[in-house]
Amino acid sequence: MTGCPAKDQDRKAKIVLETFNFRIIVEYLPLYWKCFFATLWLSGGGLAGALLVGVLSCSMRLSESRIASTAAGVYIESIRSTPLLAQLYFFYFGLPSLGIRLPEEATGILALTLNSGAYMAEIIRAGIQSISHGQIEAAISSGLNYVQRMRYIILPQALGVSIPPMLGQAIVLVKDSALLSLISIVELTRAGQILTSERFMPAEGFLTTAVFYLIIYYILKTFSNWSQKRLIFRGA
Amino acid sequence: MKREHKKDMWGFYFEQLVQSIPFFLKGLWMTVALSGLSLVAGTVVGFAWGIIRAGKGKVLKRIIGAWVDLIRGTPFLVQVFIAFFILPEAGIQLEAFPAAVIALTNLSACFICEIVVGGIQAIPSGQREAATASGLSSYHQLRHIVLPQAMRIILPPLVGQYVLLIKDSSVVSAIGVTDVTRVGWLTVQRIPEGIMVFGLVGILYFVICYPLIRLSNSMEKRMTVVTTRL
Repeated sequence: MTGCPAKDQDRKAKIVLETFNFRIIVEYLPLYWKCFFATLWLSGGGLAGALLVGVLSCSMRLSESRIASTAAGVYIESIRSTPLLAQLYFFYFGLPSLGIRLPEEATGILALTLNSGAYMAEIIRAGIQSISHGQIEAAISSGLNYVQRMRYIILPQALGVSIPPMLGQAIVLVKDSALLSLISIVELTRAGQILTSERFMPAEGFLTTAVFYLIIYYILKTFSNWSQKRLIFRGA
Repeated sequence: MKREHKKDMWGFYFEQLVQSIPFFLKGLWMTVALSGLSLVAGTVVGFAWGIIRAGKGKVLKRIIGAWVDLIRGTPFLVQVFIAFFILPEAGIQLEAFPAAVIALTNLSACFICEIVVGGIQAIPSGQREAATASGLSSYHQLRHIVLPQAMRIILPPLVGQYVLLIKDSSVVSAIGVTDVTRVGWLTVQRIPEGIMVFGLVGILYFVICYPLIRLSNSMEKRMTVVTTRL
């Protein structure tokens, strides 16, 4: 005599729906899907820009010219000593007062680019400096000029060393792109906020957001582990 | 004429900003208190997790490993929102400040845990075997043999982690903790000169973080010299 089984099931279903309502998530899935790609392209854009800025500022940092080296040093140190959120607000509120009006997405990508660019510069520099001096001396005595030394001796080795930490920085960049939601860009974290404010369901909203970030994280992490193994094999 | 007007406004705003410096210092104090509290708590918890994770208990190791991965794989902003909006649903009502401290402590504990595990695993196993052969208990092995040597590897990235913690603490301004970033955000509504306001915010962070970065770098250099001498 356990009572009506259908009623019992109803009660169970109700408990499940009250704690974590899958129906709402399914309803909002198209929004999350769109935002997932928004996060991907925002951080992809930031990553491409960061690589460019990183290579540029690293070559400035290591150059003979004192002015270029100091300028790159000031840029890198000031970025590394301040939080991304402050940098983001700096551009978001600062550019309009200089008379420059950009769409939010452009401001966001700009901040991500400049922020990650400084870290990329340090990663590339560590890679270049990990190459023993003997290699460079050997290249010089073989009569290779600066460009040839860079192209054939230094960069191929330095890039190999730099790829795992660069992937690590890419993971950081994807997570940092969550801050863009604070300047009202619609991406994954914003999707969580939208669900929370429309349906007043923070658990569904933010846990779903977290799951999407974890998907990106695990893909990048697997890739990073794989590249690390491969590079060690090649080194040995 | 228009240009002059703008220059005038700039002077006016600058004066306004100078007047609100006490407000910024209050925010700075909040940032320091927040990161200081989480730093101490995060170090204690992180070392405990790290020692467990480098130890023998398989189940605990897995649980901590999975938790660390979850935290490392999600943005801190999302974690802050979860602590602030979802814990109340589970019956834990939190003000913004304790929620921020909990989220920050958890985050730094996870990263410190990884640093500690790396440091402990870098100690050659012969050291432990020798200690076992000398009849030291596992507590004494850890206390007198493993940790003192591991500290040399742990310390430089630990200081680097503190810098990250201070910078990450800016994110909790999103749930209304009035730290320096939040003060900047509030001020910029009144003084619409973003460059000036957030320039000041940046300088305040720089003053705290830059010496720590230098300390971490110099420690790293000193420690490597010691290890290569060995």
